[in-house]
Amino acid sequence: MIINHPLLGPRDAAEFVYLGDASLIDRPDPNAEDAADRFFEYGYLRDNPAGMHEELWYHEQGDRSWLVVTRDTLTHDITAVRLARDVAKERGRSK
Amino acid sequence: MKQIRRIAGGFIDRKTPLSFEFNGRRFEGYQGDTLASALIANGQTLVGRSFKYHRPRGIFSAGSEEPNALVELRKGAFQEPNTRATTVELFDQLSAKSQNHRGSLEFDLMAFTDYLSPFLSAGFYYKTFMWPKFAWEKLYEPAIRAAAGLGSLSLEDDPDIYDKGFLHCDLLVIGAGPSGLAAARAAAFSGAQVILADEDFRGGGRLNSETFEVDGKKGADWAQALWQELASLPNVRLMSRTTIYGAYDHGIYGALERRTDHLPHSGGKPRQILWRIYSKRAVLAAGATERPIAFGNNDRPGIMLAGAVRSYVNRFAATPGKRISIFTNNDDGWRTARDLSAQGVSVAAVIDSRDIAPLTDIPHAKIVMGAGVMDTSGRKALKEITLTTGQRITTDCLAVSGGWNPNVHLTCHQRGRPSWAEDINAFVPGKHLPPGMQVVGAAQGDLTLSQAMSGAHQKAKEMVKDLGFTATRKAAPKASDEASMGAAFWHVGASKARAWIDLQNDVTVKDIRQSYQEGFRSVEHLKRYTTLGMATDQGKTSNIPALAIMAECTGKTIPETGTTIFRPPYTPVPMGALAGRARGKDFRPYRLTPSHRWAAENGATFVETGNWLRAQWYARPGEKGWRDSVDREVEMTRASVGICDVTTLGKIDIQGKDAALFLNQVYTNAFLKLPVGKVRYGLMLREDGIAYDDGTTARLGENHFVMTTTTANAVLVFRRLEFARQCLWPELDVHMISSTDAWAQFAVAGPNSRALLQKLVDKPFDLSNEGFGFMACAETTVCGGTPARLFRISFSGELAFEIAVPARFGTAMMDCLMQAGQEFDAVPYGTEALGVMRIEKGHAAGNELNGQTSALNLGLGGFVSAKKDCIGKTLSQRPEMNREDAIRLVGFKPVDQSQALSAGAHFIALSDAATMANDQGWMSSVAYSPVLGHSIGLGFIKAGHERMGEVVRAVNPAQKKEVQVKIVSPHFYDPDGGRQRG
Repeated sequence: MIINHPLLGPRDAAEFVYLGDASLIDRPDPNAEDAADRFFEYGYLRDNPAGMHEELWYHEQGDRSWLVVTRDTLTHDITAVRLARDVAKERGRSK
Repeated sequence: MKQIRRIAGGFIDRKTPLSFEFNGRRFEGYQGDTLASALIANGQTLVGRSFKYHRPRGIFSAGSEEPNALVELRKGAFQEPNTRATTVELFDQLSAKSQNHRGSLEFDLMAFTDYLSPFLSAGFYYKTFMWPKFAWEKLYEPAIRAAAGLGSLSLEDDPDIYDKGFLHCDLLVIGAGPSGLAAARAAAFSGAQVILADEDFRGGGRLNSETFEVDGKKGADWAQALWQELASLPNVRLMSRTTIYGAYDHGIYGALERRTDHLPHSGGKPRQILWRIYSKRAVLAAGATERPIAFGNNDRPGIMLAGAVRSYVNRFAATPGKRISIFTNNDDGWRTARDLSAQGVSVAAVIDSRDIAPLTDIPHAKIVMGAGVMDTSGRKALKEITLTTGQRITTDCLAVSGGWNPNVHLTCHQRGRPSWAEDINAFVPGKHLPPGMQVVGAAQGDLTLSQAMSGAHQKAKEMVKDLGFTATRKAAPKASDEASMGAAFWHVGASKARAWIDLQNDVTVKDIRQSYQEGFRSVEHLKRYTTLGMATDQGKTSNIPALAIMAECTGKTIPETGTTIFRPPYTPVPMGALAGRARGKDFRPYRLTPSHRWAAENGATFVETGNWLRAQWYARPGEKGWRDSVDREVEMTRASVGICDVTTLGKIDIQGKDAALFLNQVYTNAFLKLPVGKVRYGLMLREDGIAYDDGTTARLGENHFVMTTTTANAVLVFRRLEFARQCLWPELDVHMISSTDAWAQFAVAGPNSRALLQKLVDKPFDLSNEGFGFMACAETTVCGGTPARLFRISFSGELAFEIAVPARFGTAMMDCLMQAGQEFDAVPYGTEALGVMRIEKGHAAGNELNGQTSALNLGLGGFVSAKKDCIGKTLSQRPEMNREDAIRLVGFKPVDQSQALSAGAHFIALSDAATMANDQGWMSSVAYSPVLGHSIGLGFIKAGHERMGEVVRAVNPAQKKEVQVKIVSPHFYDPDGGRQRG
């Protein structure tokens, strides 16, 4: 597979480490009333779609960027690659 | 030996004769021969024995689809089994042996199995060797394995070198036959970067085997001229002897290039290169494979594919027989008769299954239309054929043509399914091709030459235009054309004798019918029940005929019956090529510590820790075993001073305005208020609340920290920190870099450690307890100006320091430490002594942080700050993880102090039976404590902290061992910590 790194261009998938569902970005608020339930879901319950999937890849043999890769799990077709940091900021993650 | 079957013409270099050996006999051939063509030229018809029945077999094809002519090539460690003689390029002094016989090839002692064939039908082994069960592995399997299988291994290490490489191109053209050449030509003249790969050593494909004309030249000459022209272009890479074996994601293709297989010796060069080709577009021009027709005893040596006969006669100038017959269901077969006549080879008969008018007159040949071959005779070579008309014809070679199957394999590598084309009675590529791939020529089902070449030309032009190139204005090559009509005719039903479908696996028409009768009707079941289509040829000549027979049984059409899925590789890829250079020690190279050389010179035994080699202990003369050395290292360290290389611990340099805040989030304990110049122990959890890693982090400046991790987790912790930084808290101003390799670090431990370091640390640095107290850190210089970092931390429990210098000074630093330590009798210690001392101190390590234990279990519950959040905190508060009787890390000592403890033992109450239900925990680390004089252990036991003094059983069923142990504090040595603070 080839991942089109937003900063470095097309790179072989062998340079990356796979983590999984990009929902791991959405770490729940530890101060929420239902924090225990939400952390449980965050930690254990993931979708495993046959089709489009947003997932986290880490460019370990490269610039160490975490990327959010949108990949079709049936065809390996990759339709979008973004810096996870940008995605996280967009989703309102901050201090 | 004379080359009795050598004829005129061909593309062999008669000026370069080559001598070779087959089964110990000397033969001669020419440069340009394959082993198969050279054997044919020498009249060697019998080349092997079949897999199951040990039937005599000859050469069947002229390419990589060969099911029969498998040989063991070369000698000694270079021996390679199951090599297809039809693809082996002849070289001088080549040596080959036939396979799968006991005794000689001519008189195989295993040939009796052929007479047992009524019993050895499909599923024989499954049905026969069912009981008794104990005999499966002890008796049946060894006996069957000894009798089965084809080639044998040398059982020596492969002495050849294999390489891997990466290539990039705009257009990859797979196959250098007429359509592949036409496609490459169109793309190359349009300026695209082109790679043209072909498994053969001579470009041109079928043009070398046929008598077609292209652009007014002989096809083979046209191909050679174009090959030369393409070779001169800077934007073209020609790769002969290269098989594209797999189509992978995103335009990546696997290729195996055979670099020295055609030479007597590799000469120190890589034998083969496994290429990964990154293509923007790919053209599949893999051609087609001829298929046989099944009839009685159709496996005799001398019976071969008609197209192969043309290859041997036209390309290799070697005739497979003196009186050749042709059995065909299509026009293409007649081409064989014409070519043979033109070459002066006698044609005995042409038998066409179609009841139509003869296509042409072949001088002196019997022409029989609307008939088939029913049976054959001749044990070691074909002698006679019997037709369905009852006629008998004396012939020594039968060329069979059942039509052509497009080589669709690579179109299926990404879930594509071929579709059935009624007009050519064959599967053609389906709609879903691997992205970026187009199929041209015979592989697409274009079985006429002009159509194939103009189609390929046009498609290649469109593809490079799509990539932004200006397509060439050159016209497509023009070819002499011959339409070929054929009929769907798969086997001669009138044949009573066994009719082979899969020659390599000895599967007959009867086996397929039996598979049907016994309910194995799906193609996938058929394949597994009969072994059809397995092994080196993967059913290239047998899959479709087998489907046709199954379709007859089920009364369905062939496409309804199905097709097997083709997966990579297209042809076998040697394990050596897949491994490349990653063999033996190079499979996973070691990382060496800065003191490695010193340690090796000083009696160290090394141990693998992750990728590192670390000194495990340093043996001294007179010591009888590792325990002697380890005990001494511990005693001398505790008595005076010891030195240990701890470079392997992960080091992460963390800087930024929010560095402290960041650490506060990833560690369970507080780091915000850690003063500059101080070190703190930190514990990390996984998000599920289980302990992950621990280490010390030093604050070198307001916004500058250095974290250490365990050796094993150095890479993983860094990865997680980057995840936390980029994905969880992207707004934090924090940056980090792994500095594990940048700093050499040594632990200097023991009561004399300060005195030793005082000799090395540049003045006026104050090492006293007041000036540099427990858990202090500083940046300073040593040995007259070498930059260094000092940490007053202790894993051993003694007064101890860690000193770090830039890695390039690491070796020198070890020398300096040992020299300065001479007056104190300083001792180097390895990982074993390190382990003993940490167990004596009750420190948790990898055995305790094993992915099952929480901070509470480890006795580190107090380290999870109640005042702040951290990774893992929320889930660590789950009730189940905080039960009253949760396991706790405590110490254990044997009641009978002469007994040794064993790690892995489980704790059972004295009165309970040793069962899973009564399991109370386990022993995680044990050591012999030279200070205490007995074995000690760390382990987890339910509510251990409230059970001090209680005696339980440590049961180790694996070692059949049981020891009574007393629960004690894990701090065996200096529990108040007075020594490390001194």
